[in-house]
Amino acid sequence: MHHNVYIYIAVMAGVTYLIRMLPLTLIRKEIKNKFIRSFLYYVPYVTLAVMTFPSILSATGSVWSAWAALAVGIILAWFGQSLLTVSVAACLTVFVLELFIV
Amino acid sequence: MKKNNKSCFLKGMRDGIPISLGYLAVAFTLGIAAKNAGFTPFQAMLTSLTINASAGEFAGFTLIASGAGYLEVALMEIIANARYLLMSCALSQKLPSNTSVLHRMLIGFDVTDEIFGVSMAVEGALNPFYTYGVILVAAPGWALGTYLGVLMGNLLPVRIVSALSVGLYGMFLAVIIPPARKSKIIAAVIVISMAASYAFTRIPLISQIPDGTRTILLTLLISGAAALLFPVKEENADAS
Repeated sequence: MHHNVYIYIAVMAGVTYLIRMLPLTLIRKEIKNKFIRSFLYYVPYVTLAVMTFPSILSATGSVWSAWAALAVGIILAWFGQSLLTVSVAACLTVFVLELFIV
Repeated sequence: MKKNNKSCFLKGMRDGIPISLGYLAVAFTLGIAAKNAGFTPFQAMLTSLTINASAGEFAGFTLIASGAGYLEVALMEIIANARYLLMSCALSQKLPSNTSVLHRMLIGFDVTDEIFGVSMAVEGALNPFYTYGVILVAAPGWALGTYLGVLMGNLLPVRIVSALSVGLYGMFLAVIIPPARKSKIIAAVIVISMAASYAFTRIPLISQIPDGTRTILLTLLISGAAALLFPVKEENADAS
């Protein structure tokens, strides 16, 4: 069977959009249930933490530059630096370190 | 109100800059996968513009390259993108309840890990215009990166790709660490999440679980346990 690239794209886009859009449009009211509220409150922290570690360690050319970027990122974020600052500092850390170790 | 929308929009655009740069780098590697699946630069860019999902697109390109059918690709998208279902549930509570369906449908277009992260990090309720600002700057980076990835393959210096690829993680840290300084519970939740995530990549058999599924499993388990053990007090939940 011959597959059309544009149908593939439409299928992927349609499915992905529904997954994102349905909860946003169907859950109109404020959820009162304490467990669900608490659960959703913790979701971003767990999701982002799980996606950051250990994936960051294999993202760069060297585990050591990745560890350094992680440390720099945590320290700057701890002291309340902006998204842009933390992000750029992590990138620069990797770039500079890898000039020496890779 | 008008003025507030404008300032939220501009702040969103500013927060979208690091996201856009990170996307450019990540999407570049995605473009290489698209090329392997036989996509032209335009088709790959269209995919990125309409789907906005790294794992979902990557899984899709890989399946298409192996000659999978439409149904298989649809199922794969459900699995690879299921975490967005949880994120959208959380986002639905961050929006004022009188937010119109149109706004909800527009935001739903681009709930990514990063855009979700910064949208949840704004103080108080979420003004949709903040998210629009982020999307306006970030989405073109994603699409352009994919386009260039197909076009130029491996031409970008490895050092630059390596450095740019921690940009997104830096942003995640900027979202989750400041609240952890204020709350020991959040700090503990983050440490446990990272430790569990690490363990999942190391333990035999469990390490076979794909990244997207691991994220969903651990999110359900750890958020559920935290919600049972440390239910959030009302004022806390509102400020989330």
